[in-house]
Amino acid sequence: MKSLAELQAIREKMQGQIGIRREAQCSTRVVVAMGTCGIASGARAVLNALSEAVIEKKVAGVAVVQTGCIDLCQYEPVVEVFADGKEKVTYVNMTPEKANEVVEKHLIGGQVVTEYTLASAAK
Amino acid sequence: MYRSHVLVCGGTGCTSSGSQQIQDALKSEIAKAGLENEIAVVQTGCHGLCALGPIMIVYPEGTFYSMVKPEYIPEIVSEHLVKGRVVKKYVYDETVSGDEIKPITETDFYKKQYRVALRNCGVINPENIEEYIATDGYAALGKVLTEMTPEQVIDVVLASGLRGRGGAGFPTGRKWQMARNLVQDGGPKYVCCNADEGDPGAFMDRSVLEGDPHAVLEAMAIAGYAIGANQGFIYVRAEYPIAVERLQIAIKQAHEYGLLGKNIFGSGFDFDIDLRLGAGAFVCGEETALMTSIEGNRGEPRPRPPFPAVKGLFDRPTILNNVETYANVAQIILKGADWFAGMGTEKSKGTKVFALGGKIKNTGLVEVPMGTTLREIVEEIGGGVPNGKKFKAAQTGGPSGGCIPPEHLDVPIDYDNLLAIGSMMGSGGLIVMDEDNCMVDIAKFFLEFTVDESCGKCTPCRIGTKRLYEMLDKITKGKATLADLDKMEELCYYIKANALCGLGQTAPNPVLSTLRYFRDEYIAHVVDKKCPAGVCKSLLSFTIDQDKCKGCSMCARQCAANAIERTDYIAPGNKLASFAIDSAKCVKCGACMSTCKFKAISKQ
Repeated sequence: MKSLAELQAIREKMQGQIGIRREAQCSTRVVVAMGTCGIASGARAVLNALSEAVIEKKVAGVAVVQTGCIDLCQYEPVVEVFADGKEKVTYVNMTPEKANEVVEKHLIGGQVVTEYTLASAAK
Repeated sequence: MYRSHVLVCGGTGCTSSGSQQIQDALKSEIAKAGLENEIAVVQTGCHGLCALGPIMIVYPEGTFYSMVKPEYIPEIVSEHLVKGRVVKKYVYDETVSGDEIKPITETDFYKKQYRVALRNCGVINPENIEEYIATDGYAALGKVLTEMTPEQVIDVVLASGLRGRGGAGFPTGRKWQMARNLVQDGGPKYVCCNADEGDPGAFMDRSVLEGDPHAVLEAMAIAGYAIGANQGFIYVRAEYPIAVERLQIAIKQAHEYGLLGKNIFGSGFDFDIDLRLGAGAFVCGEETALMTSIEGNRGEPRPRPPFPAVKGLFDRPTILNNVETYANVAQIILKGADWFAGMGTEKSKGTKVFALGGKIKNTGLVEVPMGTTLREIVEEIGGGVPNGKKFKAAQTGGPSGGCIPPEHLDVPIDYDNLLAIGSMMGSGGLIVMDEDNCMVDIAKFFLEFTVDESCGKCTPCRIGTKRLYEMLDKITKGKATLADLDKMEELCYYIKANALCGLGQTAPNPVLSTLRYFRDEYIAHVVDKKCPAGVCKSLLSFTIDQDKCKGCSMCARQCAANAIERTDYIAPGNKLASFAIDSAKCVKCGACMSTCKFKAISKQ
């Protein structure tokens, strides 16, 4: 360690990794349904893509968590986004690529990716 | 990149209840499920709720599993980690309300706590310096070395109002100022850390060292810069093997990262830290004895003055602070003196860690702002006295402190208030006692400890505590007179006034404080020859109510002393003759009483 800059670099690298231990500060919860149905249709890859993207892009205040079956088996993998003070958004038929897009546009940009939501899929 | 972290407590409490096996089981089950690249298992320091160990927390959800057993792990892995379904039956029941799981921070135990010294304990992996750096670790050292003069550092610590957490409460900044200014001859100075936590019932220093060792190293380096020292010593007891191991790892890692050693942050400041293991003598927690021991001599105190700030280790200016004191320093530098001084009471700033023990539901470590009342700590955070028993007293300050009776439960805890009610802060051990504790016996327990641990250098302590113990023993055996009580009190004041070191001077405190608040119990022992709590064996007698006795002979078979025999008396309505206890043979173990189904045996 020769300088404060090096210390700062380690801090930033590690903060992303241990950030998930501070759940109290999360205002947004991204929930991946991981019932048998979800896992069979590839929810694990979606979950990993989401959490990696959130850590890599240093999206603050977001926790990526899993839950069991949410009774939308035909739409799996399903991802729900709960943000404080906002209505729940349900994304369906997710893939890792779509997940990255959701992180980019919705979690960072604040724009719901309507084409992947349950509302548009049910039409 | 891991999507989830499973934190397993690796403090001494949880380790002794088997957390290592939990970790092993977790790792193998996670590998079996093929999740080893998705889920990290992290060993942390103490979470504080030692009564519920082993503790395991799953993030990002923050699910708090308590009293985990290795056989629960396959289910937790396959349900929670694979499918995302929390296994509620193993979750700490305070966090479960209906279908919802509350965050642990909203439970009674954690709600009122505010963690400064313990902020990283149970959050980071103490064996990974990068996790410490991620929580702003070594940023304070960086700031001090690159932006501040030593005088400014001392000014900040002074302004924060930080006082020594070892018990006496000497202002830390004043200590540093004296060590910097009183001797300026260019010779070496030393920074010492007192990790020889010796009070029965206190374990906060151990937890800090186990859970956040780098916080202590960083603060010692800051102190070194402030007073002009290049060498630090941590005096830690050898009975803390986990703490010692983690300190060794931490010192090694700090060297590898250049955070200890030569020319730290390119500032030209050198600082190094060595460990010294103590053999567990209580007296070595006294500052002058501790330094004598580091020098390689027998651990005995020496008279003050000269104070260590002038003539300490190897006769050079030395500062000696407690582990918990150091754990506050980096935060004060980063967040400012005003932030720290904003917490606590007028003369005691910041927070204090207490080790809750004894007759209390939530045994463990709690950190609360100074000025929190004892009632809040015992009843709200600690969950109160278990089994519906009545609170009788809280003992603070270990063998140097005293007992606080129920009428002082609402006193805001700080250094000065505790002294005023005849106890002291001490290192923060807090032992709760209920109606089944005999206060004379408690005083005797602490005196027995002091007699054992007296180093023998000065007469008031070596002989005085022994005589004091003998007087207490006489009282518990029912052989004392009221004149003995007066004599005992006189001896207490004599020892206080004449002992060489702080430990001797405070040794009579357990006797004085129990005499002050529980004199009636002493009088019951002396005059009525009775122990109201039923603890002092010599004053007890066990009797069988012959009319309640059914003659089943359970008690007689339990009695190891063969003191129970059948009589000729048959109670009305019974077929078998009743039993009786021969008090001459009885050893008062109480086995008969606990085995009798008819509650025919009583003690007085």
